[in-house]
Order: sequence, then structure tokens, then C-alpha cells
Amino acid sequence: MAKLLNVENPTNTIRKDTLELDFVGEHALSIPTFKMLDDNGELYKGAQKSSMDKETAIRIYETMRFIRVFDERMLAAQRQGRVSFYMQCLGEEAAVTGSAAALEDKDMIFAQYREQAALAYRGFKLEQFMHQMFSNEKDFGKGRQMPIHYGSKELNYSTISSPLGTQIPQAAGYAYGQKLKGDGACTICYFGEGAASEGDFHAGLNMAAVHNSPTLFFARNNGYAISTPASEQFKGDGIAVRATGYGMKAIRVDGFDALAVYEAVKMAREYSVKNNAPVLIESIAYRLAAHSSSDDPTGYREKEEEETFRDNCPVERFRKYMVKQGWLDEAEDEKVKEQIKVQVLDALKVAEKVAKPALEEIVTDVYEEVPAHLQKQYEQLKAHILKYPESYPATASRIGESK
Amino acid sequence: MAKMNMLQAINSALAIAMEENENACIFGEDVGAFGGVFRATSGLQEKFGKDRVFNTPLVEQGILGFANGLAAQGTLAIPEIQFADYIFPAFDQIVNETAKFRFRSGNEFNVGNMVIRTPYGGGIHGGLYHSQSPEAYFAHTPGLKLVFPRNAYQAKGLLAASLESNDPVIFFEPKRLYRASVGEVPEGKYTIPLGKAEIVQQGEDVTLLAWGAQVEMLEKAAEMAEKDGISCEVIDLRTVAPWDVETVTASVIKTGRLVVSQEAPLTGGFASEIAATVQEECFLHLESPIERVCGLDTPYPLAHEKEYMADHLKVYEAIKRSVNY
Ligand SMILES: Cc1ncc(C[n+]2csc(CCOP(=O)(O)OP(=O)(O)O)c2C)c(N)n1
Repeated sequence: MAKLLNVENPTNTIRKDTLELDFVGEHALSIPTFKMLDDNGELYKGAQKSSMDKETAIRIYETMRFIRVFDERMLAAQRQGRVSFYMQCLGEEAAVTGSAAALEDKDMIFAQYREQAALAYRGFKLEQFMHQMFSNEKDFGKGRQMPIHYGSKELNYSTISSPLGTQIPQAAGYAYGQKLKGDGACTICYFGEGAASEGDFHAGLNMAAVHNSPTLFFARNNGYAISTPASEQFKGDGIAVRATGYGMKAIRVDGFDALAVYEAVKMAREYSVKNNAPVLIESIAYRLAAHSSSDDPTGYREKEEEETFRDNCPVERFRKYMVKQGWLDEAEDEKVKEQIKVQVLDALKVAEKVAKPALEEIVTDVYEEVPAHLQKQYEQLKAHILKYPESYPATASRIGESK
Repeated sequence: MAKMNMLQAINSALAIAMEENENACIFGEDVGAFGGVFRATSGLQEKFGKDRVFNTPLVEQGILGFANGLAAQGTLAIPEIQFADYIFPAFDQIVNETAKFRFRSGNEFNVGNMVIRTPYGGGIHGGLYHSQSPEAYFAHTPGLKLVFPRNAYQAKGLLAASLESNDPVIFFEPKRLYRASVGEVPEGKYTIPLGKAEIVQQGEDVTLLAWGAQVEMLEKAAEMAEKDGISCEVIDLRTVAPWDVETVTASVIKTGRLVVSQEAPLTGGFASEIAATVQEECFLHLESPIERVCGLDTPYPLAHEKEYMADHLKVYEAIKRSVNY
């Protein structure tokens, strides 16, 4: 027996023996939450020094300010029936923007759907957001998906897919490819604590760990998956602890604190790229808004609970920090907010008038080339629409004008 | 009788089953206190407690694996998959396990005590991931019953029968009609037999066949055709697997013509299966080729949803082609 212990164990799990009969407790491992900024925008006493320069801080702040105004306006537009569906980032602006800021442009982003701030940080334009939401002919996705399913090849932002969790193993694979290419880049993958229950989460983390793939798994723990509170989603100490099971590093961070998120992700990125290893990051924040414009949170949570977190506003916290640094003029800030509101409305008015994609986009991109059977179906459809033009008003008048 | 929409009819069937069967369990994403994103399970947790009506973690494969175990143990398991588009993570549990539990064990074990409820279909501006009609994948798997209601009354009766069935059932709910379909529905229990098609409207010239939300398209098209002097027999298949060959072929033998319509893409769809069988059974009675009116062979688009759908106008054109062949 003694001899056997010296042999490397092929199961790669047994590290230590014990003669003591005892369970390991459910919470034997609990991971602390890293934070830097308090609610007043001051560094906590003893907090680590920030490495964020002024330029980055301004860009983070401007992104958060934009996304907050944008979200507010778009939800209002949805209520007016101008946009069919919307999802806000409210409450998670710091988590998403702070993490995006810690990356390099060559790093890939696989998002879930609530990460518009990361895309905005990368430079996705207001008009581009709008075109997607109106499914018009300028939408990169050619009007095929619901609103908020953005994507941009140029900005290294993989197009959103609705089925939850599917992006998690994909990110591991993408990052593995980046490693093989040797371009010193990594992939970040965002998902909610709800999506972390999917089989794809477990598959993805395990693959990344075993194959040494430089992937940053960013769990946005915002307390709810539609109506299901985190307490009905998982037992145990959140998402971060699971990393240990897969043999990867983890860090948990205050998701209301842009500074802390930035530092955590920066460190994770450095480690991941240098060591070709995945890292699991868990951001603890709160989904201040409804799940989506189709949801009504009064059916499953108390207003008081929401109010408690409203005081924890991540944008406000960072704004105070910026003012204290002398990096932000408050009067100017208010003016800019008003300007953004006007810009958003103007962009909306433009986008809603842009034509729908041409009818032929219905059969393109299914395959690289349109196969014969689809071409036939398209011709039949065209003939049908021309027979009943008044029943298909969006496309009928345009048939014949395209190539 | 009471006026109910389809959601209320479904809720009523579930409540009755839960009362009749003290161990029955309803579970899935958001089905607990909130009553599901469409509110089909509203009030059930309050009535039957958290042990029997509960939210699950967000994992379809887990929901169905859990349901398989629970049903194998003898409890009536009523899992919900929030959208039929998200049934695919559970595909392995359904296709390899639910469908084969009885066969592989020589009936030592079975999961006949299971009804998987799931909202399916388009017409709600959901784009490619909130509009799919995935019945063909499951129809290819022996061992599963696939049931589609077309209105509130049918929903309650068919769901009640599904809950009594000793085979696993996937109950596909047309979400476009959840609130739109309102009708007189008995408050008490009634069942509508599985495996039986219904002749919704008698006719002489051509048989129109569909299931679920698509039946509405047939009815509209039949009305248009009637103005042209064409008499349509409209059949709601109701159970896609195993399907009622007898009722369908008897009708086609009478009319000599068949138009079959489905929301899902054409290729490999269940309409193709029906066309093949009818061709075999009714060859000498057919006056014209069987017409299939289906979705295009593309994913479900958002902007071109209207153009994509197998709508009443496309069915109407098919009726004319069939009659004027
Ligand atoms: C596979 C799959 N199942 C169900 C859904 C429906 N759905 C959309 S969002 C959502 C909740 C997601 O919660 P979480 O991952 O915690 O993210 P959050 O919305 O809180 O940001 C659900 C159940 C889906 N899109 N995909």
C-alpha cells in the first residue's frame, strides 16, 4: 500500500489520505468578494491601489452613462410599441463595462444577451444597435433575430444566440484556437448564474481546463433567472467555487464596482494568456430591471428588495469616484446625458424608417450558396407574393427592384 | 361551461390532475410561484405546495433526466420546457431514454407517467429561436406520443387524456393561440382520445389536414375556397404520433385530394410522412398529387415571418392547384 501511494494516480484526484471519518462541509470552500470602491466612490481603507488610468476610466464612465440612457430610452420605446422587445443591462453596467475594459481588442467576446455595454465599449455605434433592433436591411444579422441579438465580426463580438449556455463550450474552443495561433489573445464568455446550470456550462469549463484553453468565464450572478431566485438555482457558495472542481482558478468580485471588476479581469487575463489556462470570474450584482420587456418582476419579488439595491447603483458609484479624481465635470455630465437622449431618439427615428431586408435574404446564408431547392422555394414565394401584394406589404413592392 | 383561453384551459386540466393524483409533480423553469413565463401554471404552487409544483434550475437536460427518474418511480411527472426551441438540450434524455425506457427493459420499467408540456410555433415575432415546430425530430423516435391542441377546448381535453396515458407524451402548445383562442370550456374533467383525428368540417372536393395552430390556416383557406365553389373537408390530426391513418385515408378516398400543411420546414417534416402513407393507401383514388404547404427550408426568420409562414393564402393556392390539376 505505502508503495502505491508514490505512484502517480491516473485518476488525478486523490491527493491526500486521512484516517479521520468525516464529511467535507457544503461550504468548506467559500470565496471572498474582491472590492475596492465603496458607495461614496471612495477606495475602502486598505484597498489595493488602482491601476486604471484616466483615459480608461473616462471611457468606462462614458460607456456606462451611454448604456444607462440608451436602455432607459429603448425600454420606453418598447412601451410605445416602436421596438418589439428589449432587455436592459441595469445594475450590471460596471460588471460588463469594467470587464470589457480589461481586455485587449484582439480578445474575443462571447456574450449571453445582457452585455450591450461591452459591445458599446468596443465601439459599436448607436445606429448599429438601432438597425439590429429594427431588423432592417442595415442590421448585420439581416433581420433574422429578435432585438438585442447583436454581433460584430470587426469588433470581435460573436453574434448572440438565444439558447442559453451554448456559448460557454464554444468560447473554450475559440480560445483554444487562439492559443494554437499564438496571437496572445484570449476569449471572454459571459453568462448568467441561471445559464451556469446548463450542461453546456459544465462541459465548457471541463474542456477548457483539460485542454488548457485561455478562456475567461465571466458569470454574471445577478440574483435572478427570469423569476427564479439564485436560491432556487443552486446550493453551495455561488458559481465561483465550482472552478475548484474543474481544477481552474477563480475570483469573485463586487459587480457594482467597476474598478474592482477591471482589476480582477485584468489579472485573470494576464494569468490566462501567460499560462494558457481558463479562469472563472463571478460578478456579484443585482438585476435591477425586469428580466426583459415581457417580464413583470412584481409577480416574484418585493419592491423593497429592488430599492435596497438601487442605492448600490454601479454607475453612480463610479461617477462619484470620477468626480473625486477630478476627471468629471458634473454640470457637463448632466448636459451630455440630455444630449445622448436626443441622439438616441434621432437614431431611433432614422432606423425605424430604414427598409426591411430584401426578400431574398430569406434564403441566403442557410448554406454558403443557395442550393437548388431553396432557389425554387424562393421563386415560388416571389410568385405567390406578387399574386397577393396587399397581404405582404413589406416585401411585395420591392420585388423586381432587387437584382 | 365557462369562457376560457387556452392557458386557462391548460391550467384547469393540470389542477384537476393534481387533485386526482396526490403525488403528481409539475416542474420546470419559472413554473413555481410565478406560474411560468406564459402563466400556464399560475396558482398551482399555492394550491398544491412547493414539493409538488416547483422551479428547477435552468437545465433542460436535468429537467428531463429528473422526469425520467421520477416517472420510472411511479409518480406522474409533468415537466415544462419553456419554449420548444429549448427542448434540444434535453434531446438525449427524451429520445434515448424517455422513448426507450419500456422497450429496453422488457417493460420492467417505463416512464409512461410523463407529459412534457412545451409551447411551440411561430407568429409571435420571436425569430429563429422562439418559433420552431420540432415535432418531426420526435416523430422519428418510436415510443413517444405527440399531441397538438388547436384551441382552448381541445387543449383541456387532450391534456387530460395525455395525463392519463400510460405512454410518455410531448404536449405541444401553440403559443400564438395561448391568449387568442378563447371558447366555451367545461369546468369539470373531460378527455379527448389520443390517436384520433377530428373532422372539423365535412366536405367533398378536397381534404385539408394539419395540426395545432396550423388548423386555423386551413379553416380560413377553406372559407375562401368555398366562395369559389370548392367544398373542403378539414381535418385536425391532433395526435401526430401515432397518427390516425384511418380517418385521413377514409377522407382522401372520399375527396380524392389532399392538402397537408405544417408550420415546420418542408424537407423531412411530418407532412412528408403523411403524403407517403396516403400515396400508398389511396393511390388509385387520388385525382391529383398530394400538396404540402409548409415553412421554407430555412431557419425561422424574424423580419420575413409573414412571408415565411404557411399561411391561409398559400393553403388556398394549394387547394386550387389540387382541384384544378
Ligand atoms: C436553453 C434555454 N432555456 C431557456 C431559455 C429561456 N430563458 C431566456 S433567459 C432565461 C433566464 C436566464 O437567466 P440568467 O442566465 O441568470 O441571466 P440573466 O437574465 O439573469 O442575465 C431563460 C430561462 C433559453 N433562452 N434557453
